[in-house]
Amino acid sequence: MRTPFKNFLASGNVFIWGCAAGVSVSLLMVFGLLLLIMINGLGYFWTSDIVELTLKDQQHVMGQLAGREVIPRSVTPDHPEGKGRLRVKIGNRDLYGLDFKWVNDDQILSQAYPTDTVLVERREWGNMYARIKAIYKGETLQAEGNEAGWIALAPLISTTNALQQQITRIERVEIGSINTDIEQARLKIRAFEMGTPPSPSMREGKKERSGPSDSLAPDTRDRGRIDNLTAQVAAAESRYQEKTIELEMLRTQFNEYSVIMVDANGREKQIPVGQIIRALRPNEMGLLHKSWTYLTNVWSVLSTEPREANTEGGIFPAIFGTVMMVIIMSLAVVPFGVLAALYLREYARQGTMVRLVRIAVNNLAGVPSIVFGVFGLGFFIYAIGGTLDMLFFPERLPTPTFGTGGILWASLTLALLTVPVVIVATEEGLAAVPREFREGSLALGATKLETMLKVVIPCALPGILTGLILAMARAAGEVAPLMLTGVVKLAPSLPVDSSWPFFHLDRKFMHLGFHIYDVGFQSPNVEAAKPMVYITTLVLITVVVLLNFTAIILRNHLRKKYASSVL
Amino acid sequence: MHPSPPLTQQPTLPHTLNLQRLNVQVGHRQLPDNDSNTRAVKLALNQVNFFYGDRQALFKIDIEIIKNQVTSFIGPSGCGKSTLLRCLNRLNDLIEGARLEGTMLLDGVDIYGPDVDITDLRTRVGMVFQKSNPFPKSIYENVAYGPRLHGIRNRSQLDQIVEEGIKGAGLWDEVKDRLQASALGLSGGQQQRLCIARALAVKPDVLLMDEPCSALDPVATAKIEELLFSLKQDLTVVIVTHNMQQAARVSDWTAFMYIGELVEFGLTKQLFTTPSKKQTEDYITGRFG
Repeated sequence: MRTPFKNFLASGNVFIWGCAAGVSVSLLMVFGLLLLIMINGLGYFWTSDIVELTLKDQQHVMGQLAGREVIPRSVTPDHPEGKGRLRVKIGNRDLYGLDFKWVNDDQILSQAYPTDTVLVERREWGNMYARIKAIYKGETLQAEGNEAGWIALAPLISTTNALQQQITRIERVEIGSINTDIEQARLKIRAFEMGTPPSPSMREGKKERSGPSDSLAPDTRDRGRIDNLTAQVAAAESRYQEKTIELEMLRTQFNEYSVIMVDANGREKQIPVGQIIRALRPNEMGLLHKSWTYLTNVWSVLSTEPREANTEGGIFPAIFGTVMMVIIMSLAVVPFGVLAALYLREYARQGTMVRLVRIAVNNLAGVPSIVFGVFGLGFFIYAIGGTLDMLFFPERLPTPTFGTGGILWASLTLALLTVPVVIVATEEGLAAVPREFREGSLALGATKLETMLKVVIPCALPGILTGLILAMARAAGEVAPLMLTGVVKLAPSLPVDSSWPFFHLDRKFMHLGFHIYDVGFQSPNVEAAKPMVYITTLVLITVVVLLNFTAIILRNHLRKKYASSVL
Repeated sequence: MHPSPPLTQQPTLPHTLNLQRLNVQVGHRQLPDNDSNTRAVKLALNQVNFFYGDRQALFKIDIEIIKNQVTSFIGPSGCGKSTLLRCLNRLNDLIEGARLEGTMLLDGVDIYGPDVDITDLRTRVGMVFQKSNPFPKSIYENVAYGPRLHGIRNRSQLDQIVEEGIKGAGLWDEVKDRLQASALGLSGGQQQRLCIARALAVKPDVLLMDEPCSALDPVATAKIEELLFSLKQDLTVVIVTHNMQQAARVSDWTAFMYIGELVEFGLTKQLFTTPSKKQTEDYITGRFG
């Protein structure tokens, strides 16, 4: 006879509760993590008020409040609430050496939010919290005092920011292309001098213009070419000189004005206006103005390049690198994965061998990613890249072109890492295509290939896309293999730019995952970098979600289109 | 991919000889009175054995299928009637280890011969399956699938073929306004007729039907049976069915099979009224199975 307890067990309620608890805990963990990241990351963009603390020893501390905590050892039976202390971002790294300062509650005499304090965002040394004393043009005084200086400063900053853009453009684009020309010409000269002139096809490939001297003897022709190239180099170098002079003029203009700032304790510091990105008076700003500043801060992080060892500025190159790497990886992994799955499922004789291959493929997904990194380094970079360099870029050696880490090799390594996922998902997609469809097509006189292309693969596309979604999520989050195959903490240029051939797949790149590691754990200024880590994490998650979302929308569209009639 | 021709393959007999053989073999049967001398054999099976790996599924089948007539295969489940049907367009080639012995002549040419183009064969011998299997495409694209495979690109020509196919399957009035709609939105009976239209669009000589009505309601079944009468004007139809009434209604010839063997083959009228074998009689009167 059943007891009520046994009845209760048999009803399965415990089991249902267990399942519900499992789901709840998982959701709680996911949302807790997201919340933590968002709270810590999104707060960074908010411009909080500048506080000025007067201490008991008559010292002043000025900065933005960054937090408050109870001093761990201060909690005693007499004082159960303990003593508190404030964490203040005091900035002015060039003056104090540190960005943050702890101030104990009992040291504070008074706390004020004066409206005339200025937050100066600089290109170097981080933020400055101070008041303006004077503005100079060279040696001549332009404005004196905080108010006059504030009014005079704003137009100067917009002028210097415009100049900065101009300087960057000249440095990056114009001088960059001159340097590329010189480099190309030198390499060609070197190739001729080495006695191993590039093969005819390569000469075409490098867009070299062959003159009427083509009919001459080879060495005469080569000498003529070398002279021609030397002249090109000289011309480019003179253009380079012109640009340098132009830059020099711009730089003088850039550093013409300077501002003398005075901190809370009266210490003065002269900084060139060119160093200032933005000056704000947070205590004067209303909610609307602060919200606008918030949005511009978000945009500038998303769209600009990092400064100060990645702890400040934006993360645009890392976002770009991550997205581009995932796209190249997808382009590589889908064809290979789908072809492999097609062979395994449709063409190979189903036997022990195929079963073994399938087991091997599944286990490949469990190999630690660093192992793939090592393989990528050995196979792609040293073997394939090294061979490519010897065959196609001998004039650049010993400087490697493809024989070193780059976005192509990193993407291919990740494609290798994720190909099992695509194979497994595609195989499942193919297996789910009803046999009736294949037979229906074959019975109409279609060959196996036609059946494959017109019926089976379209029906398996949702499965293939599922594989791609999983692969992208895995690839975007991997860091370890990238560290061996081409990621760097600061890439001088993006893998895509305006110089021919536009896509530079041999270039090293930045990656959000590696950025997290680098900023959070390799940075000299850990406190200042902390919000950056959270922001980078948030952006990485967003990028992965957006990429997946695109694929999911595409998949749902296809599912609707190819919804199977056979249930 | 298809198995190599069986070693025991017999030399291909000339067409006329087969006809004579038919007369000899079925001479004792009462042939339909009308135009008995214009009757021609479309498919001639001679001593066909079929194996799934080591298991033999068909034993020494001899059947002549007459042109522009409906022939039905009946028998209990697992008797091999679907297997035999799928041998006729070599769809069994897809099964690994499948093997056929004996000869199967389509208009006198061995369809398992070494020179046979299998896609060409399947174009000539169309098939409709038990489960309706329209592709997840539009109604138009389903019917145009076969003609497109055979290289017809011209839009107006395709339109014409599609219309003829759908009309031939008696579906035109129901779908003419929504040719671009998904085929999966049609009812079960309509889907099955669409599959017939799809098969007709490649202009086959023979249409194989593997229990085409088993998943359909009586109204849809009646429509397809009606269709069979008009189809046999142009085609030779071979239909596998579980339903003896259906076989009696639609077919001119009936083959009764039991565990891989052909028990009796003859005119439907005769087989259902005066079966010559005891087994046949037991089956059609429902005494076994």
